[in-house]
Formats: sequence, structure tokens, C-alpha cells
Amino acid sequence: MKGRTVRRHFRESFKSLGRNGWMTFASISAVTVTLLLVGVFAIIMMNLNKVADDLENDVEIRVLIEIFNDEAEMKAAEEKLIAQIENLPDVSEVVYSAKEDELNDLIQDFGDELSLFEQNNPLHNVLYVKAADPQATAKVAKEIDKLDYTYEVLYGEGKVEKLFSFLNISRNIGLVLILGLLFTAMFLISNTIRITIIARKDEIEIMKLVGATNSFVRIPFVLEGMWIGLLGSVIPIVVVSTVYYNLYHTLAPRLKGNMLELLNVTPLLYQVNALLVLIGLLIGIWGSFMSVRKFLKV
Amino acid sequence: MIQMKNVIKKYPNGVLAANGITVNIKQGEFVYVVGPSGAGKSTFIKLMYREEKPTSGEVTVSGINLSTLKNARVPHLRRQLGVVFQDFKLLPRLTVYENVAFAMEVIEEQPKEIRKRVMEVLELVGLKHKVRMLPNELSGGEQQRVSIARSIVNKPKVLIADEPTGNLDPETSWEIMEIFEEINRQGTTIVMATHNREIVNTVRKRVIAIEGGMIVRDEYGGDYGYEG
Repeated sequence: MKGRTVRRHFRESFKSLGRNGWMTFASISAVTVTLLLVGVFAIIMMNLNKVADDLENDVEIRVLIEIFNDEAEMKAAEEKLIAQIENLPDVSEVVYSAKEDELNDLIQDFGDELSLFEQNNPLHNVLYVKAADPQATAKVAKEIDKLDYTYEVLYGEGKVEKLFSFLNISRNIGLVLILGLLFTAMFLISNTIRITIIARKDEIEIMKLVGATNSFVRIPFVLEGMWIGLLGSVIPIVVVSTVYYNLYHTLAPRLKGNMLELLNVTPLLYQVNALLVLIGLLIGIWGSFMSVRKFLKV
Repeated sequence: MIQMKNVIKKYPNGVLAANGITVNIKQGEFVYVVGPSGAGKSTFIKLMYREEKPTSGEVTVSGINLSTLKNARVPHLRRQLGVVFQDFKLLPRLTVYENVAFAMEVIEEQPKEIRKRVMEVLELVGLKHKVRMLPNELSGGEQQRVSIARSIVNKPKVLIADEPTGNLDPETSWEIMEIFEEINRQGTTIVMATHNREIVNTVRKRVIAIEGGMIVRDEYGGDYGYEG
């Protein structure tokens, strides 16, 4: 194909947007509405996913270390236990907390009355262990329990399992919903484009009769579909970005230090916007490609 | 230029539109194809530019064997022919100029050459002053002249016309006929299916009469031959 033909196809695709005024408008609106839905939904789902991840990552195992009267013996036991735990396959992090620190935490949380215990601290030294995969917490806890020098291994048995199964179910529901929405978007947009092309099937036939090759007929249509997808993603991107930006800056300070936190604006909006442009382009191209194909057999 | 050998065309619905047609049309000839409606005139014409494929038999147009022609090569066949239709088949959203230029854009011609040649053929058909108009702003005769301009813009060796005057009044039909004669004088082979008795009987040319999918008469300088 020669350069001037490529230029001709681009020129023709732009002209065609104008010539088909209302049809173009209808197609772009369909893309806009669906992509707006997809964008809002994607942001909600990604934030819910983050909350779920945060909840999961909060799950940790508390290993109370057995108490020895002899300092040296105690130290040796602790070191051995830490080494053994770090060697377990699924462990990602082991943090040591001396019983004095533990008591300080309690005093901070529950008040100065507890400072009486500073004379004779009844607490254990503690290891905080995180599993590489939070879902493996129970398994890791059981393995730690088998080791020597542990006094007690706690991880919120029962509650954690419930939390995980709840999170898994909600993740799956979210996935199904987003797939359904994407499917609907593709169907809706490519259908609108198909209608605009059916209205022009005589034109396609005439072009073929005059001696145009299939690609000569098809390329301007496909480019046109691409512009429609691209133009249709503009409003959703602007709306989603502005709304989330403002929402984030109003809500984020209030949520600080809370379990629930919103995803940062910067990577999230880039990701969602890229997704919207990509979906718009792909569906536009695919929709017109498939619709033209049917009328090329002349 | 155009040869057909024992061509049979049977449509999926069982209609036998060509039943053993054998014909030879030479370079530079002007041929009328006549016959009652439904006799197979249109099929005979459509077989020439591969809108229809023969069920059996052989069709050769300017050296290209249409029976073995691959679908992807069909556009290249059509670029060597000019085709004029009863319903003009102009692109409704393109201007007169753009409609004619389209046939040249398809063959990736130089823009300078396109401008020159398009104006040339529009002058030949007498529409130079209406280049910026859209097809629906023109009369039927003018639209048909645009479609003729488009069909000859690439200087085809063969011009195929399927009832080109079918939708036009007698006076306009004569204008169209004059253009065809002019094109024929320049050496282009013309095959024209028609119902126009007056034209066939006045401008005497070779007449091929088709009935029931068969050629029943083929004479040089013949008349229309159907009464009433």
C-alpha cells in the first residue's frame, strides 16, 4: 500500500465521522456510557480488593516464647526458635518483641494502672510471624506449634478462616461482575457500530463493484471505529479522574490510621484510564472489523 | 475480449438463468443484449464482472479466466472493466467529483493524475459544472452520466452496462447513448443490456437475444425483435 493511500484512509475515516453525524454521535455515546460504568466499577473493585488485601496482611501469628529463668539459656532458645521459624517455607517476616515492649504497648492501650507490672513482668517475649501467603497462616501456625520453646501460638483461629472465606467469596463475585460488565460493554458497543455500518452496506457493495480490494474498503471503517472508541473514552476518563481525585483528597485525611484506606491516586488513575482507552480502542476496532466483514462478499 | 463457453448458471433457489451460453465478443464491438425480463440478461452481464460465478463452463474476460480467478483477485478484474448500472450505484455521501475520483483512488493513482483525468471524463459526459454536487441533487440522467464517467475514468477496454437507460426518459436515454457511442469510437468494447427498442432499432449494432437462459439470436445490425 502506498503512503498516499494510507493518508487517504485516514482522511476518509475523519470525513466519515462528520458525514455520518448522528450515527457517530450515537456510537460515541454508547462507548461513553459503557466505559463510564466500567471505569467507576473498576475503581470500586480495585479499592475493595485493596481493603481485602489489607485485612489479610493484618493477619499475623503471635508466638509466645517459653520462659527460662536463666538469661543465657533464654537467649539461646530464642535464637534457635527464630532460626527455625525463618527456615519454614511459607514465612515472610519474623519480628521479635521483648516482654518490656509488650507491656509498654499494653500500658499505652489500657492505661497507667498496668505499670504496676513493671516490677514483675508476667508477659512472654513474643515473635510476630507473617506468612508469605496470608491464606497459609493457619498451616504456618501449626508448624510453628510443633517447634520447641514455644509457649503458645495464637493467630485468631476460627475468625481468620471466616475472614478469608468471606474475602475470597467477595473477590470472586467482583470478578464475575466485572467480566459481565466487560462483556456487556463489548456487546453494546460493537452492536451500535454494527448498526451504523449496516446503514452503509450499499456503499460497501458499490466500492467493491468499482474494484476496491477488501482492505481498501475495510481500513477506513476500522480507523473510524478506532476514533469512535478513542473519543468515547474521553468523557469517562475525565469524569472518573476528577471524581476520584476529589474523593481521595476529601476522604484520605479522615481515613488516616484507619484499617480502611483508599488506593493512591497516581498509579490507580493511570491504570484505570489506560484500561478505558484500551477497551475503547479494541472494541471500536474489533466491532467495525467484524461488521464490515459481512458485507465484503460482493 | 469476452468469451463464454457452455456457461451454465443455476441459482440456489433452482432458477436456471444461463443454460449453455457460448459467445465471443471481440475488441471494439458494441453489443446489445435484449430479451424479456427474467430471461437471464442480468445474469449474463453479472457473469462478466464476476458478481456471479458460473455453475459450470468457462468465462474469459480480457484474457482473465473467471472460473479459476481467486476471490482476492476479483478487484483487479473489475479495474479492467467499467460497469454501469440501471440504478447508478453512486456513493450517496460523496460529491460528483469524489465519486469519479474514487475509482482512481482504488488503483492508487497519483493525485495530480486523478485531478486531471476526473475533470477530463466529467467534461466528456458534460458535467464539469456540477462537480461539487451530491448525487441526490442531480437528475437521473445526470447521475447516470456520473456513473458512466466513473466507469471509464480508468480507461477500461470493456464497458458493461446493465439497462443503463432503464430509469431514464427517452430524451435523456439518447444523451446517454451518444456518450456510449463516443466511448465506443475511442475503441472501448461495450456490452449493453437493454429494453429500449427505439435505440436498438435506430443505432444498429450486434444484437444478442437471450430467452430462457439461452442465446436465441445473435446478428450484426439486427433489430430489437420483440413486439408490443
